[in-house]
Formats: sequence, structure tokens, C-alpha cells
Amino acid sequence: MKIVVCVKHVPDASGERGFGDDLTLDRDVDGLLSELDEYAVEQALRVAESADVDAEVVALTIGPDDAAAAIKRSLQMGATSGIHVVDDALHGTDAIGTSTVLAAAVRKAGADLVVCGMSSTDGAMGVVPAMLAERLGWPAATYAGRLDVADGHATVVREDDTARLTVEVDLPAVVSVTDQSGEARYPSMKGILAAKKKPVLEWGLDDLGLGSDDVGLDAAWTGVVGAEPRPAKGAGRVVTDADGSGSAAVLEFLAAGRYV
Amino acid sequence: MADVLVLVLAELDGGTPTRPALELLTLAARVGTPVAVVLDEVDQDAAEVLAAHGAARVLSVVDPAFEAYLVAPRSEALDQVAAAVRPSLVLLPSTPEGKEVAGRLAVRIGAGLVTDAVDLDADATTTQSVLAGGWTVRARGRRDVLVATMKPNSVAPAPVEAPAAVTVEPFAVTISDAARGARITARDPRVASGRPSLTEAPVVVSGGRGTGGDFAKVEALADALGGAVGASRAAVDAGWYPHAYQVGQTGTTVSPQLYVAAGISGAIQHRAGMQTSKAVVAVNSDPEAPIFALADLGVVGDLQTVLDEVVQGLQDRSA
Ligand SMILES: Cc1cc2nc3c(=O)[nH]c(=O)nc-3n(C[C@H](O)[C@H](O)[C@H](O)COP(=O)(O)OP(=O)(O)OC[C@H]3O[C@@H](n4cnc5c(N)ncnc54)[C@H](O)[C@@H]3O)c2cc1C
Ligand SMILES: Nc1ncnc2c1ncn2[C@@H]1O[C@H](COP(=O)(O)O)[C@@H](O)[C@H]1O
Repeated sequence: MKIVVCVKHVPDASGERGFGDDLTLDRDVDGLLSELDEYAVEQALRVAESADVDAEVVALTIGPDDAAAAIKRSLQMGATSGIHVVDDALHGTDAIGTSTVLAAAVRKAGADLVVCGMSSTDGAMGVVPAMLAERLGWPAATYAGRLDVADGHATVVREDDTARLTVEVDLPAVVSVTDQSGEARYPSMKGILAAKKKPVLEWGLDDLGLGSDDVGLDAAWTGVVGAEPRPAKGAGRVVTDADGSGSAAVLEFLAAGRYV
Repeated sequence: MADVLVLVLAELDGGTPTRPALELLTLAARVGTPVAVVLDEVDQDAAEVLAAHGAARVLSVVDPAFEAYLVAPRSEALDQVAAAVRPSLVLLPSTPEGKEVAGRLAVRIGAGLVTDAVDLDADATTTQSVLAGGWTVRARGRRDVLVATMKPNSVAPAPVEAPAAVTVEPFAVTISDAARGARITARDPRVASGRPSLTEAPVVVSGGRGTGGDFAKVEALADALGGAVGASRAAVDAGWYPHAYQVGQTGTTVSPQLYVAAGISGAIQHRAGMQTSKAVVAVNSDPEAPIFALADLGVVGDLQTVLDEVVQGLQDRSA
């Protein structure tokens, strides 16, 4: 069984994040494997470990040179091999374009199951897994808080606004998993050493039969026309509670704002 | 200007249009003529509420596949509706499912896609709050059609002056086998809390690790203000409150009139889910807590004492 896990390299949320002159996200900053994709790697590894057939986990990323770090981390956690789709023409690719490239890469790699994170921590759209499934023509069981794979199908438990759903798909399928799906493991010393010897393929757009008409900033189906840092909110009033002064301030605030 | 049609996916709750549905119509009317599509039965009363908020037509699509399978049948149905209506813009609610339906629809019809917009201009330029609320981005579609999902509370629903006289138009769709891939085999409805829903409530009172697991005061304040209860991930991970109430990047995004954070430090992932609240009150015993940087009113103190006194004060006032 071949499991492809889609991992994204993202700017560190605890650092300075912003936009470049061409209004694309500034990726020239410290980055890391998106924390939410660690859950995807974890679930892919658990499925592989519990499978009663030989199973491999391939970490797939699309991104600039630095994105190799996302693959490295996945390999250290236990993935078998990596695929890095890297091409200068990919700069500025939007979510729609990302799904085009991921679909082409999954087709070329071949897979029984694709595991994604619930959302990237930078773009945070949470739509790539559904779009990838749409392009592959495969069923998708997304936002899984629980994932079980057996006998050629996957069962997930998904929480929506009003109910807890159980959803079943036949493989091949795309699933995405949430941060409720189970703590992601830390790479062990052994895993870190083993990762150094694991194969990583680098594919360009040519290798995928795609061109710059399909992807990149100019081919994006939506364009950002402005990006501004949110003005720092003027610090509000801070009251140190003593003998009821805190609750008095809150009551006054509630009355002034007509919240009561 | 040619007539611009805006297709709005309007959802019902117990047969009545939801507040987000009316918000979408109000936003749609800025851009063109709204056409409401409901993936359910619609009665005349509901149709008139939609018309009162700008819908020029109300289409009803009914198919058992919407309940039996996840996401794909809905986007396939909207694809067929869009082919008939030929809208320039399609608006959906920014829920996880709404976004997935939008993404699939955009792929199918070759439309641009924007998710989680908080505002929409007359020329269909969208505004989004990104990077955990740190940046505001404006975007435009570059194709004939733009599909956009709008966050709840982006606008106040506004009745129109001269509502159209509408009759519900049934619209037939064909759902393919390919769209019947993700079978919903069980649906366990959540026990109703009796409080307003997190995304629609005008007031949200959230508790974090600082509650020490005792949410009674948080709930009491929420009830006194007619609000919803939220929780930080630390509180959810500790098992103190169900995940459905988590506010933040991997929980629900809220933008109420008033957000009260009690015993919550204000990590960036939490702020991502509440930063667009109109007003924020924070109660935290640590004067250095980051949440104070975005609070309109901060109280440095013990939340159990402060919330208790506030609830008492509100009761005294109404007595
Ligand atoms: C990928 C990712 C996604 C995440 N998604 C989310 C998310 O969706 N939502 C979310 O909330 N978090 C999320 N987190 C976690 C987030 O980083 C924080 O760990 C979390 O928000 C902390 O919760 P807290 O503020 O309740 O706890 P803490 O950070 O421990 O803060 C508790 C606060 O309570 C105060 N306190 C203690 N006792 C009292 C008292 N008696 N009275 C008043 N104040 C008191 C303390 O001073 C402290 O400031 C995510 C993290 C990651 C990596
Ligand atoms: N550039 C990328 N490379 C690999 N996987 C990606 C990429 N972008 C998004 N994904 C996958 O799609 C999921 C959802 O991303 P998004 O829709 O951007 O929030 C992520 O958690 C990843 O699993």
C-alpha cells in the first residue's frame, strides 16, 4: 500500500510574517513543517504501521528550496521517502494551482491513500484536500478527528456544527485530519539518523507535464490587490482588580457598550 | 451595466433562513441581483424572508444525496445551478463544509476562489483578515466567475425596500456516482446547549486553562449576557469543554460584538479565531498576558471572583 502525505512548509507563526512587493506571502523567513501537517504524517504512519500489507509513506511537498525541510522532518518522523516539487515558475501559485500540481504529482507517484492536514497554517483555507479529490475524481473524507483504514476503505469521524458524522470511503481516497486525530510523534535519534539515507525525488513542472500557464502568479485565478498590516490596536484600559474594582469596570463597560 | 447575477447558497435552520444566509444576500445585493439557492425544501414563508433581504429568485434543490454523502453532491448541484443562472459571483458561508463546496465548485467551473472574506465591495473585491488577523488582504477574481465564502457577522442583514414577489422554483439536478463517494454512515446530533450558536452569538464568553476546569462562572456570565460559551484549546485538550466549542485556528472563528476571554493567555492560534471581534474584555491574573494587547478592557485579577461579581452585578441591576 502506498500512502502519500501532503506536507507544507510554512513561515513560523511566532516570527514576523508578511507580504512581499508582489503581494505574495513572504517565504524568505524562518519556516517549518506546518504543525497541522504533522498530524497528517502521524496518521499516515499509523495507517502504514497497522496495515497487514507492506506499506510505504511518501511525503509530498510543493514549495521553494527551503520546503525540503518539511520533507526532512517527515522522514525523521518515519516516512519512507520524499517528493519535492520545486520550480521557479511555481512562485505565487494559488490554492487552485496547488491542487493542480498536487493532483499531477499524486498521479505520477501513484497512491492508494492521500493524507492531508486540515488546513495550512499560513493560507489557512482548508480547501486543498477537497480540490485535490475533485481533480483526482476520488472520494474525500475530510476534517477527520479519527481515521481508521482497513479492507480497502477508510472510515473517519468528523465533527460539524451540529453533529458528529461517521464517513466511509473506498480507496483510493483523499483524507484530511485535524489536530484532534492524535498527538504527532517527535523524531527519535534513530529516526533522525535514518532520514539522512532516505531517498527524496525532485520534480519540476516538466516532469509533471505542466507549464507556466497552469501555475504561478500570472496564472492564478484570483489576484491579491492590496495587503496591509492590521493597525496595532491602541491598548485599552487595564484595571488591576482590588476590592471589586475589576468587576465594577466590567459592569461599566457592559453598560456603556449596551451589551446588557 | 449588464445585469450582474450573484448566486447565494442560503441555508435554513428548521425551515427558516439562517442569519448568515441573510448576511450573504445583503452582501450580494451590493454587487448585483441576488439569486438564492437552497439545497432543501423551501416553504413560502422562508422564500419571503429571503426575498425581503434581496433575493430576486429562490431556487430549491432537493436530493437525498445531500444528506447521504459528504460535500461533493452539493458542489455538483451548485455547478448545475450555476450553468443555468450564469452568475458572476457565487457566495457561500465560510464553514468548513461551505469552503469545501466552494473549492470544488471553483475547480469545476473554472472560477477564482476566495475563502473567509469579511467584506465585499460593489465591484466584487473581497477583504480578508489573514495571518492570524495580523494582515488585511484585498483580492479580486481573474476569471469570469468568482466563488467566495464569507465569514458570519461580516455585515448586518438588511431588509430591502421593495422585495421581489417570489415563488419557490424547484430546480432538478443529477448527482453522478462519482459524487457519491463519501458515504455518511452515522450522524449523532450534538446535545443542544440551549445557548445561541458560537458563530452567530452577539456575545461569546470563553474560558481557558485559567478556569482550572470550572466553567460554571463562564457559563453564568454567558447566560447573563445571552451569549455563547467558548473555550481555548488548552481547556478542550484538558477535557474540560467539548471541542465543538473551541475558538481559534483549529476551532471555530468568531467575530461577535463582544468577546470575553477569561483565563486565556492569548496565543496567536487563539487570537486567529477571535481577533475580528468588535470589542474584547480580558480577565487574567497575569498582567503580562498577550491577550491584554488586544483587549478594550483588561482586568488583572482572579477570573472566578471577577466573573462572579459581574454576574451578581447584572442580576442586581435587572432585579
Ligand atoms: C497548530 C496549532 C493550532 C492551535 N489551535 C488553537 C485553537 O484553535 N484555539 C486555541 O485556543 N489554541 C490553539 N492552539 C494552542 C495555543 O497555542 C495555546 O496553547 C492555547 O490557546 C493556550 O490556551 P490557554 O490560553 O487557555 O492556556 P494558557 O496559555 O496556559 O493560559 C492560561 C492563562 O490563564 C491565566 N490564569 C490562570 N489562573 C487564572 C485565574 N485564576 N484567573 C485569571 N486568569 C488565570 C494565566 O495567567 C494564563 O495567562 C493551537 C496550537 C497549535 C500549534
Ligand atoms: N504547497 C503544498 N505542498 C503540499 N501540501 C500542501 C500544500 N499546500 C497545501 N497542502 C495540503 O493541503 C492541506 C490544506 O491546505 P490549505 O487548503 O492551503 O489550507 C495542507 O494541510 C496540506 O496537507
